[in-house]
Amino acid sequence: MRSVGWAERLPVRPRVKGLIKHEALTGYFLISPALFLMLVLLAYPFILAVYISLSDRILGEPGKFIWFENFLKLFQDKFFHETVRNSFIYTVSTVFLKLALGVILALLLNQEFPGRNLVRGALLLPWIVPTSLSVLTWLWMFDSLFSVINYILLGVGIISKKIPWLGDPFWAMISVIIVNTWRGLPFFAVSILAGLMAIPRELYEASDVDGAQGFRKFWHITLPLLQPVIAVVVLFSTIWTFADFQIVYILTHGGPLNATQIFATMAYDVALVAGRIGEGSAISLFLFPALLIVIIMMLRYLRRD
Amino acid sequence: MKRRRLRIIKRVFGLYLPLAAFLFFALFPFYWMLISSFKTNPELYSLRAKRLLIIHPTLEQFKELFKRTAVLRWLWNSFFVSFFTAMISLALGTMAGYSLARLKFPGAEAFGLATFITYLVPTTLIFIPLASVVKSLRLTNSIWALVVTYPTFLIPFCTWMLIAYFKSIPKDMEECAMIDGCSRIGAMVRIVLPMAVPGIVFSGMFSFTLSWNEFVYALTFISDTTHKTMSVAVPTELIRGDAYFWGELMAASLIGSVPVAILYSFFMDYFISGLTAGALKG
Repeated sequence: MRSVGWAERLPVRPRVKGLIKHEALTGYFLISPALFLMLVLLAYPFILAVYISLSDRILGEPGKFIWFENFLKLFQDKFFHETVRNSFIYTVSTVFLKLALGVILALLLNQEFPGRNLVRGALLLPWIVPTSLSVLTWLWMFDSLFSVINYILLGVGIISKKIPWLGDPFWAMISVIIVNTWRGLPFFAVSILAGLMAIPRELYEASDVDGAQGFRKFWHITLPLLQPVIAVVVLFSTIWTFADFQIVYILTHGGPLNATQIFATMAYDVALVAGRIGEGSAISLFLFPALLIVIIMMLRYLRRD
Repeated sequence: MKRRRLRIIKRVFGLYLPLAAFLFFALFPFYWMLISSFKTNPELYSLRAKRLLIIHPTLEQFKELFKRTAVLRWLWNSFFVSFFTAMISLALGTMAGYSLARLKFPGAEAFGLATFITYLVPTTLIFIPLASVVKSLRLTNSIWALVVTYPTFLIPFCTWMLIAYFKSIPKDMEECAMIDGCSRIGAMVRIVLPMAVPGIVFSGMFSFTLSWNEFVYALTFISDTTHKTMSVAVPTELIRGDAYFWGELMAASLIGSVPVAILYSFFMDYFISGLTAGALKG
């Protein structure tokens, strides 16, 4: 049988059918290691998270079952209210900024110019480099005394007084938003660029015949065709930003005055710094509804295509 | 002449100036990291000097860093963890990805869906209970805690990426190989894997990068100086209370950033095509 060549494959199709019987076995065999690991280290911890959040566990003591007390306590907690508000401000504003700037950047990168590949590579750097390390650089750039951003802005004459970047509740939120936008923009730009490059040229040529102009072309042809890419990118970014930790942890640690505290940083502080593991677990579970919404929207989107 | 000038003006304002602004925004922090790590302390903390330039370049900060801290150890830990977890996840992800892309069996679709969902689960959702799982496995304060837990977010990523790659490879070739006497696994190893090399290289590299950059688990599971990875060691070990050694901090950040930047510059084309394939397909 080994000598059967490519051309004669049709008559022997039934043999392939025979192999299919083994397929199920092979299939289960191939996914079992991954499945095992995911069950032990993802599914089990998730169930554990629910269990812990219903207990008053503190560091070093198992605690007892208290039903929804942690959640009820959080609903009345002023700090938690601020955390919820901050998380929404942080997510909505950064996703909006990343999307708007991402579309502009993608449109720029879609044009022909010398050194385009180099520029594209350079623009991706913020997304590749370890976030904790690049955010340290931002921390240094926002330094209360030696801020190079203030140095430049003062030098150019845009501001006349130093901006207290991380020392003031309002500016601290602006700072974390700027850094998150800086880090996430490349992902938006590159994904949207890929969407742009997939649009057939003929569509634009047809609209040239109809006499459509620049912005109208963008609004009526480009944007509708980019919609699927934009939806996926926005959904991804929403859950990542909502659950973000490192940027806030390193830049402001949630401060000043709780002004930049978001779910993950508060969960960390309550569970691992203050040692109230049950309550901390309840806080991080608030990320779950957001995750669920993103999953549902994403699945509906993918099904439709 | 007038039309040509108009075109140049349009090109400058419509392309080069905004692009320069984006490049400045993206790259200035790296420039600042770079020059801060080659400055002397008096120059770093002077409000008068020309701050955007280096007047007296020095290796002082690096020397201090290597003398005072375990930076080489942290680098090694990062390499070890990233390499191992990338390899494990790539192996398991390839197996799972191939099976979900090619084989028909009850539940295959549900598993594909589950892969996608776990791909979206943020680490901050489960880091607290995972810490107690790690503790009961007696892995707290060991880099093995990271080797074991990182695959939980790398495997779904690799699997999802590779499903797309495997699906783009025509079925005919492996069917032929199987008719010629190859087993299913044999066909996968000899025919499909060689054709999926770009996808495998991208997934492996990106997994390496994700491990190298991971922060939340490494911060939670490890508190011993000697077992930390770069991404956690630099912000936690070099900042003590209110004392910031910015020269050393920037030098260490540079050292921790360069490996992934190099890796990425060598494979940029893989990176961009892989990234866009992933973004478009899901």
